[in-house]
Amino acid sequence: MSMSMDDSRPIFVQIAERIEDDIIEARLPEESQVPSTNQFATFYQINPATAAKGVNLLVDQGILYKKRGIGMFVATGARAVLVEKRKDQFYEQYVVSMLREAEKLGITTDQLADMIRKRGSKHE
Amino acid sequence: MSSVVEVRGLTKSYGKESVVRNVSFTLEENKIYGLLGRNGAGKTTIMHMITAQQFATSGMLKVFGEEPYENNRVLSQVCFIKESQKYPDNYRVIDVLEVAGLFFQNWDKVYAHALIEDFRLPLKRRMKKLSRGMLSSVGIIVGLASRAPLTIFDEPYLGLDAVARGLFYNRLIEDYAEHPRTVVLSTHLIDEVSQLLEHVMVIDQGKLILNEDTEVLRGKALSVAGTTAQVDEFTKGREVIHREPFGGLLTATVVGNGKAEDRKRAEALGLTVAPVSLQQLIVHLTNGSVRKAGEVE
Repeated sequence: MSMSMDDSRPIFVQIAERIEDDIIEARLPEESQVPSTNQFATFYQINPATAAKGVNLLVDQGILYKKRGIGMFVATGARAVLVEKRKDQFYEQYVVSMLREAEKLGITTDQLADMIRKRGSKHE
Repeated sequence: MSSVVEVRGLTKSYGKESVVRNVSFTLEENKIYGLLGRNGAGKTTIMHMITAQQFATSGMLKVFGEEPYENNRVLSQVCFIKESQKYPDNYRVIDVLEVAGLFFQNWDKVYAHALIEDFRLPLKRRMKKLSRGMLSSVGIIVGLASRAPLTIFDEPYLGLDAVARGLFYNRLIEDYAEHPRTVVLSTHLIDEVSQLLEHVMVIDQGKLILNEDTEVLRGKALSVAGTTAQVDEFTKGREVIHREPFGGLLTATVVGNGKAEDRKRAEALGLTVAPVSLQQLIVHLTNGSVRKAGEVE
């Protein structure tokens, strides 16, 4: 099955996250139309009710809005809102687990900081 | 939302042996249900009663608000695709489609023929000359093209290869999105269909042991691995549905609340946490070794 979902979390949450990713990475620009619930359902091979639940999660947060009879669109300002939300999650999701793994391997915080700086300088 | 099937205290016994025991559930309109359980659990018997092919020993059964027995108003809205459907000896594939077209009010002939192409079926071949997989494909095509308000697939894909099964799931979702209807899927290939199901019912030894929205179940159970002491610390006071020692280590599957705190707590204890698929969860619930039949809460 293509683009399969992970088993640990509800699918509608994962659908919402994928739409969020598309907005953050500008594959779905603001004020552009989002695929319909049925298109999501057939693409991901999921139940249309589940797809609708994922889309509605973003409608409730004001990320998407409905144009009657036309479809679903990305709200202006949605990207900035999502980037802020993801920054809040960044620490929990990436930093904490990185520190845990580093501790397991006996990597000190200083060594870790060095690694990040070395990698970071390549990007600058 | 209106209900399509209502079952209360449904029981089927043969002599002293009960194969379906006091089962109650409601199927709501335009949802896709999974009816899951081991061989001989009673799934097919339940489907036979809903479709008026067997009488219940006791209990209440309403389909589209009426008793289904000898009731054309009900039965003309029901399509039941059986694993072992028999066809008259001289029937060809095209004859099966013709008869289905006469029987089902919403039959879509154009769609049926498009499906024949998709599944690469020879229209003029006799049914008895078809391979097992091709026979299953005919059933699937009839089930899809019938667009019956209540469509039941009982193990529809004996002998069907992975490509054809994928095709079935694709067409089912597409057509269901365009023409919503109530679908019941009974299958053992749970991981393949879990994303399609809106609601799951699990039958074990004739009893309904689980009746829950798929999304609620997803992520509810988790599997933790670590030293016996660590695992015991985490599982204290929780419902453990599976335990497997391995050397000095222990793997346990617990039913949690599906929230992130559970996972964090396990990780803080130094345990390795893995998700549990719907199939694994149901295997653990129905293998009968650890727990008595009960509900997941």
